[in-house]
Amino acid sequence: MSTAHGQGAHDTVPDARLEKRLTAEQTQALEARVKSLESLLVTKGLVSPETLDKLAATYESDLGPMNGAKVIARAWVDPAYKQRLLTNATAAMAELGFSGLQGEHMVVVENTPTIHNIVVCTLCSCYPWPVLGLPPIWYKSAPYRSRVVLDPRGVLREFGLVLDESVELRVWDSSAEIRYLVLPERPSGTEHRSEEELAALVTRDAMIGVARVPIQG
Amino acid sequence: MNGIHDMGGMTCFGSIAREEQEPIFHTPWERRVFAMTLLALGNMANLDEFRHGVERMDPVHYLSSSYYEHWLAALETLAVEKGILTHEELTTGAAQPARGGTIPPLPPEAIPTVLQHGASTQRQTGRTTPRFTPDDRVVARNLNPAGHTRLPRYVRGKQGVIDRVHGTFVYPDTNAHGGGEDPQPVYCVRFEARELWGSATPARDSVYIDLWEDYLESAEERRRHTE
Repeated sequence: MSTAHGQGAHDTVPDARLEKRLTAEQTQALEARVKSLESLLVTKGLVSPETLDKLAATYESDLGPMNGAKVIARAWVDPAYKQRLLTNATAAMAELGFSGLQGEHMVVVENTPTIHNIVVCTLCSCYPWPVLGLPPIWYKSAPYRSRVVLDPRGVLREFGLVLDESVELRVWDSSAEIRYLVLPERPSGTEHRSEEELAALVTRDAMIGVARVPIQG
Repeated sequence: MNGIHDMGGMTCFGSIAREEQEPIFHTPWERRVFAMTLLALGNMANLDEFRHGVERMDPVHYLSSSYYEHWLAALETLAVEKGILTHEELTTGAAQPARGGTIPPLPPEAIPTVLQHGASTQRQTGRTTPRFTPDDRVVARNLNPAGHTRLPRYVRGKQGVIDRVHGTFVYPDTNAHGGGEDPQPVYCVRFEARELWGSATPARDSVYIDLWEDYLESAEERRRHTE
């Protein structure tokens, strides 16, 4: 059985009604169509194949949640940095070398015992690329985009996070050119961890706000 | 436009499908479409035109196709509309001779600088004095434009509070249609969940959303209009 992406290995998705399943023939047709488009754009002098490769490779290897994790770990160990991050996230991230496309204007929102934040883009797929890389499919999908503004607690339960009724929930819809990152709570049991060890605990989902960083110990 | 992409608040799409160990790109063609869109777009269109290109997809195709098919559709649409490619070239795959001189394509070594530099749409020109300040009560206007907008349906007509002022940014509603940048203030506006979704939602929950000044009017002004 073919899957959303023509590869049998990812055939584990449960009951998403809109899961995109392409047949092998459809995938082949898309490959051909894209190859043809690339050839046209190369002939017209708009792009070069080497630059396309370099660009895609950058997002495959250099940009991803490991960058955001470094920002979070620094904020956990350095109160002055955390303060700068919460007041001017763009500049604070640039201190660690993270800036640029789809992260030109950053805002960091802090989770506390009484406030939980969760990020979405209901209109398309806006996401802070320099610190999280490219978004996972679920973030760009209709089920998440549509429901998280209306029933965020239900969405969190789907992700396995049951939020106490007393916690205030804030949903951030990235409808303009500002990108949001959640500063998760530092879990207990990490008092003696180094900054580097802490960064290894921080997950992409915690920085979107659909998970917590698990308690250690 | 009131398109299918504006899906905040809909509940008909089922559960959220997640994939463990998800690759960045699932197929080689997705990888190429991502890179081509980023590179070619800079030469032919702005981000708002691109988003509107996605939004103009047939709604049935929008829902039934994968994410990078959206990008592919918008890229082809814009390439034709901007006179880069003809329908015939897209159909046959055979390039006709270019009419004018072309600028040399970006070399691979330029990529790190280009990505680091980004493409900010913040401006020091236009409306640089914000009309609203934090804690002002505002109402999202009930606008239903035929073209591109970043004012989602679920906040239209609803009352919220200015949380912060982000600065002056290019206005998508004009920029997507050749109408110029019309830079104006963007605000983060806090809407209580109950204002948006009714009294059954938890009292403390809220949605924060970034809205351009032309999407907003003061709550006071609205009240005077309706009395």
